[in-house]
Formats: sequence, structure tokens, C-alpha cells
Amino acid sequence: MPDLGKYAAEVLSAYTLSFLLVGGLVLVTWLRARRVRRALEQAEARRANG
Amino acid sequence: MSIWEYANPLKFMGWTAPLVPVLSVLAAAALMLGLIWGYFFTPDDYRMGATVKIIYIHVPSAMMAINAWAMMLVASLIWLVRRHHVSALAAKAAAPVGMIMTVIALVTGAIWGQPMWGTWWAWDPRLTSFLILFLFYLGYMAMWAAIENPDTAADLTSVLCLVGSVFAILSRYAVNFWNQGLHQGASLSLDAEENVADVFWFPLLVVIAGFVLLFLALVLVRTRTEIRARRLHAIALRERMG
Amino acid sequence: MSRLLIRDLVLAVRAGGGFGLGLAFFLIVVVLVPFGVGPEAALLSRIAPGILWIGALLASLLSLDRIFQLDFEDGSLDLLATAPIPMEGVVAVKALAHWLTTGLPLVLAAPVLGILLNLPQPGYGWLVLSLAVGTPALSMIGAFGAALTVGLKRGGLLLSLLVLPLYVPTLIYGTEVARRGAAGLELATPLALLAGITLASVALLPFAASAALRVNLR
Repeated sequence: MPDLGKYAAEVLSAYTLSFLLVGGLVLVTWLRARRVRRALEQAEARRANG
Repeated sequence: MSIWEYANPLKFMGWTAPLVPVLSVLAAAALMLGLIWGYFFTPDDYRMGATVKIIYIHVPSAMMAINAWAMMLVASLIWLVRRHHVSALAAKAAAPVGMIMTVIALVTGAIWGQPMWGTWWAWDPRLTSFLILFLFYLGYMAMWAAIENPDTAADLTSVLCLVGSVFAILSRYAVNFWNQGLHQGASLSLDAEENVADVFWFPLLVVIAGFVLLFLALVLVRTRTEIRARRLHAIALRERMG
Repeated sequence: MSRLLIRDLVLAVRAGGGFGLGLAFFLIVVVLVPFGVGPEAALLSRIAPGILWIGALLASLLSLDRIFQLDFEDGSLDLLATAPIPMEGVVAVKALAHWLTTGLPLVLAAPVLGILLNLPQPGYGWLVLSLAVGTPALSMIGAFGAALTVGLKRGGLLLSLLVLPLYVPTLIYGTEVARRGAAGLELATPLALLAGITLASVALLPFAASAALRVNLR
């Protein structure tokens, strides 16, 4: 682990917040994609079955 | 109203399907490689100490914040001229990604600036321009959310993106003028692209590539979701009409 | 087109037209500032140009949704769209009407309010000039925003969110002119840039605004 010296808090908080933001975005994107895909599959199935 | 009948979205769904996992894996690999390289294997800067490590997140996110808007501008123009629905939806899909990139650039910029300038926020021209860009993203996204008719929303948000782009550029110059007038030459340059030593430059390039790939993967997934959502909406409408 | 202008002016000035509301708001904002930052004269005179500009900007914002909303709701806008005047002309005339009923009164009221904020002596002329040059841009940019949101039921808040960032360059240069004027400094550059923004907005935004209106009238 590199010695961050007196700037440890700044560097770590910058990285942590960024990871959280990107992670949150990826999660939200993926969850919505999954939800919409499933809903569409169900709707298409309903249409196919009359 | 159904766009599914058009070949364009159908073909789009077809050729982008294998792209999503490929881009995702490449993005993850590039980000991990670049960040580990930069974080663990590069030295501290004699002026900025360990905070120079923030560059590996601040610079790529700032670049993507701008590039995302540029992509939205191009996609909006394509929609206005060629009426490709996928283009309009791609612009809509890119906005939240660009907005998050802007926030990351702002947050990391502020955190980096704290030990350098002794304050959590400084009205540095770059940070200020990004704050304005953030507001533009908000307005664009709010507009999409406020309008029911998808084609109307696509048209109006495209015009907004166009005019917004002009004003974003105007604002950048105005903000430079504004700050320069108050604090002549006092701003410390966070513009690490100038004179960045090779030892920082190479891992930075890798992370930038990772961010680009991440952007592409996310926008692709979001655009595909938008296309599916539109199809879902069209089916629901037809069901309701019997 | 002149008949459209007169019609809009008359509508604005009549009861319920909102005329004078912008002025009253301008006054209230200026009066609130000392309560917020303290009555110390030196501080007030330093921030006076900026406060007056922001007050004018916000007051201008208040009446933006009137530009197209009423005509949109009662169908007059549809009629105007099919009239012999080009839509861009309609937009320009309506923006002009907004400026005459909102911007211009602000320009004239500003010196009086400047007294309340201890605006330095040399600053009055430059303040009025900066507002006179800049408020037409505020009306035109605002008209563009109004055209975008005219189809929305309660688009007022969205209108503000869209328009205020667009106001930033005008605000920066306008305040700069007023501030430098008050301090007796050289101000040709910001004045020229301010004028440039106004001219470009007035020349080009009518096209974007009428495109937005046509979309909303579909």
C-alpha cells in the first residue's frame, strides 16, 4: 500500500466517492435494463398467446 | 407510433447484443489495469504529494463529461435531420451517464482542491464551467421526463441540446473572463494534461480508455433499454385500446 | 407585426396582465438583500451591481411563461402559426413585447434601487447601460425557454431550470460592465461581449424558438 502521507483522507475519499457513484450508475442501469426486458418478454408472450 | 416496425431499432438491437458483454469486460479490465497501475505504482508529486493520484479519476471523468455532451449533440442533430429514433434514444440514454461523470469531476476536483487551495470549493473557471454543465444536464434530463409524447420530447430536447451547446461554450469563455478579472493568475492549475510526466501519463491513458469503454457500455445498455421500453409502451397502448 | 406587438402590449398592461409585477419583485429582492447580508454600506456598494443584475434577471424570469402560454391555451398561437407573418417574426415580436413590459421598466427602475444599495456614484450610468444592452438578451433567451415549455401544464419550474443557466454569460458580462463602471475601470471588452450576446440571441434564437413552437403545436 502506498504511503499516502497527510493526504490520505483526500485521496481515499475521492476514490471511494467515485467508485460509489459509478457503481450506483451501473447498478441502476443494469436493474432497469433487467426489469424492462422481463416486462417486455411478458408482454410479448401475452400478445403471442392471443 | 410503434417504432418496432422500423428496421433501424431491430437491426440496432441485433448488432449491439454481443457488444455489451465485450465492452463491459474490456472496460472493467482497462479500469482495473489503469487504476491499479496508477494508484500503486506511480510516485507522488513533489508539489501535490499523494493527491496527484486523484488525477486518474478526475481527468478521465472530466473528459467523459464533455464527450458525453458532444455525443448527445451529434445524436440530437442526427435525430433532427434523419429522424432515426435510435439516435434520439441514444442521446436520452447518454445524459445520466454524462451527468454522473460531471458530478465525479466536480467532487474529485473539489476534494483535490481542498488541500491545494484550503477550501472545499473554489470558483475556479474549470470547476465553475463543470457546475454549469451539470445544470445543463439536469435541464436536459428534466425536459425528457416532463414531456409525454416521445417524438415531441425528442424534438424539444434536441433543440435544447443544440442551443445549450452554444451557450455552454459561451459560458466557458465568460467564466474564464469572470474569474480572471477577480483573481489574476492566482489559480493553481488542475489542468494536469499540461506537463504530465510520462510516468503518470501512461496509466492515465489506460484509465481514460477504460472510462470511454465504460461510457459506451452504459449508453449501449441504456439505449437498448429505452428501445425496449418504447416497445413495451406501444404494446400497453394497444392492449388498452382493445 | 406591429398590430401583434400592440395587442401583446395592451394585454400585458391590462388588469391581470402582470405588468408591474416584475418591478415589484425587483424592489422586493433588492430590499431583502440588506436583511440577508447586513446593512454595512461598504459591503452593499460592492455587491450592488451584481444584486441589481440578479434582481433584474429574476424579475425577467417571472413573466416569461406569459409570452406564449395564454395564446397557446386559447388557440391564438395556432392562428398565428398560419398567419402570413413568419413564426420567427411572431417570436421576435413577442420577445420585444416582453422586453418593453418587463425589461425596460427594470432598466428605468434600477437607478432608484441602486440608491438603496449604495451604488457608487459613477456606477449609475453604466448600470443602466449594461441593463439596457443586456435585458433584450434576457427576453429573447427567455422566449426560447418559454417556447420549449409552452406545451407543459406546470412548466414554470422547468422553464427556470432551463433558462437560468442560459443567462449566465449575459449575467457575467452585464455585471462586469456595471461593476467596472462603478469602480471607474476600463469596460469596453465586457460591454462589447454583452452586446454581442444580445445581438446574436436576437438574430438566431427566434429560429430555435419557432422550431420549438411548431413542435408543440403539432
